[in-house]
Amino acid sequence: MGKSSEIKLLGTAASPFVNRVQFVLNLKSIEYEFIEENLFCKSELLLTSNPAYTKVPVLFHENKPPLAESLIIIEYLDEIYPNIHPILPSDPFERAYNRFWANYIDTKFFPLFMEMRRTHSKEGKEAIKKQIIEASQLLEEAFVKFSNGKAYFGGDNVRYLDVVLGCFLGWIKFSEKRNEFKAFDEVRTPKLLEWTKRIWTHEAFKDAIPNTETLVNFYMMLQKYKP
Amino acid sequence: MADSDVILLDLWISVFGARVRIALAEKGVKYEYREEKLDDKSPLLLEMNPVHKKIPVLIHHGKPVCESNIIVQYIDETWHANSPPLLPSDPYLRAQARFWADFVDKKIYEGAKKIWTTKGEEQEAAKKEFMDVLKVLEGQLGEKPYLVGESFGFADIAMIPFCIWFYTLNKIGNMNIEKECPKLAAWVKRCMERESVTKSLPDAHKFYELVLEMQKKKGQ
Repeated sequence: MGKSSEIKLLGTAASPFVNRVQFVLNLKSIEYEFIEENLFCKSELLLTSNPAYTKVPVLFHENKPPLAESLIIIEYLDEIYPNIHPILPSDPFERAYNRFWANYIDTKFFPLFMEMRRTHSKEGKEAIKKQIIEASQLLEEAFVKFSNGKAYFGGDNVRYLDVVLGCFLGWIKFSEKRNEFKAFDEVRTPKLLEWTKRIWTHEAFKDAIPNTETLVNFYMMLQKYKP
Repeated sequence: MADSDVILLDLWISVFGARVRIALAEKGVKYEYREEKLDDKSPLLLEMNPVHKKIPVLIHHGKPVCESNIIVQYIDETWHANSPPLLPSDPYLRAQARFWADFVDKKIYEGAKKIWTTKGEEQEAAKKEFMDVLKVLEGQLGEKPYLVGESFGFADIAMIPFCIWFYTLNKIGNMNIEKECPKLAAWVKRCMERESVTKSLPDAHKFYELVLEMQKKKGQ
């Protein structure tokens, strides 16, 4: 059981990348201190602890220098607490396959939602919706391969890709409502849709996924400062 | 004798392919090299990387591994018994190695491309931004011989192929990267002492000619 291990997480409740790390800390039962950051008025701590990107999350562990980038933080946590709810598999090919899809989710899938927010024309939005639907189709196929008939990407238990994709569910739902479309639905992505319901109610996830109010407030700030 | 169990689908001029070649050479892994054509991709490439249809792809025991930084980690983990290790053993340093390899992915490629695909003010802005990124790497190097400590590894492998772009950037951008980043220049020299690196990198002048050709086609 991971006890208070002097872990501090600098982040913002509305950031899915921060939520990702929180899921892993929860799954591994690691206590931590959450330091709330204001991304629209960045603190000295953020600027000095992550000068390369000035982004959250940033992880502080004991006396070590800070670590940034959510996927890297997750692998770090998995390596320092390998025996409590392992996140990545141990087989090199399986690890590469998991990392590949994490890269796809972060560089191809979720950026579409960010682009949607910044697109104002109807044609533009329709074009992005089409891309999101195509991408979610690929994710459905990936889910089928990974889950092998079971509940999660990780099989019987939540693992790496459940965390990597699961953190976006709040924002995806938000975008779906705002833009009147469905990224995941019963016809095209039935297995993923079922999976999303499981994630929403999962012990380690449900309290870390931000509520609508948090997302709405953050969204308004984004529209104001990063239109 | 090449191990037919290991096939690399690649493009010699690719910096991403070079990363994989370096890693395979460091580990002494024999493999079959197959040069792809970007405008005529092989059925094998399309089958092995249907999502991105890009090189490099490492095919090991018939199974594909895609994305260069992911392939390099795969090589390190699979041939972990072969020295040298490409990632440190300490988890914190491993995270650092991954961070810097990822930094190169996020900042170097697009940043450099902007320099030879823009002109005037836009190009000046791109040059400044790119130099800022290189200065971050200078800072990370500090007094260390390599990007993350005393040994050549993952982060160095991620970055070193881009050194062949310096000739192009200096010429097209009217820059002098080596002068502005002496630590980086020294690091490049150090990396070039490794056979794995010199044997794996494409020719800097050939790359420059390719970029000039691309510019001509786009009427720049």
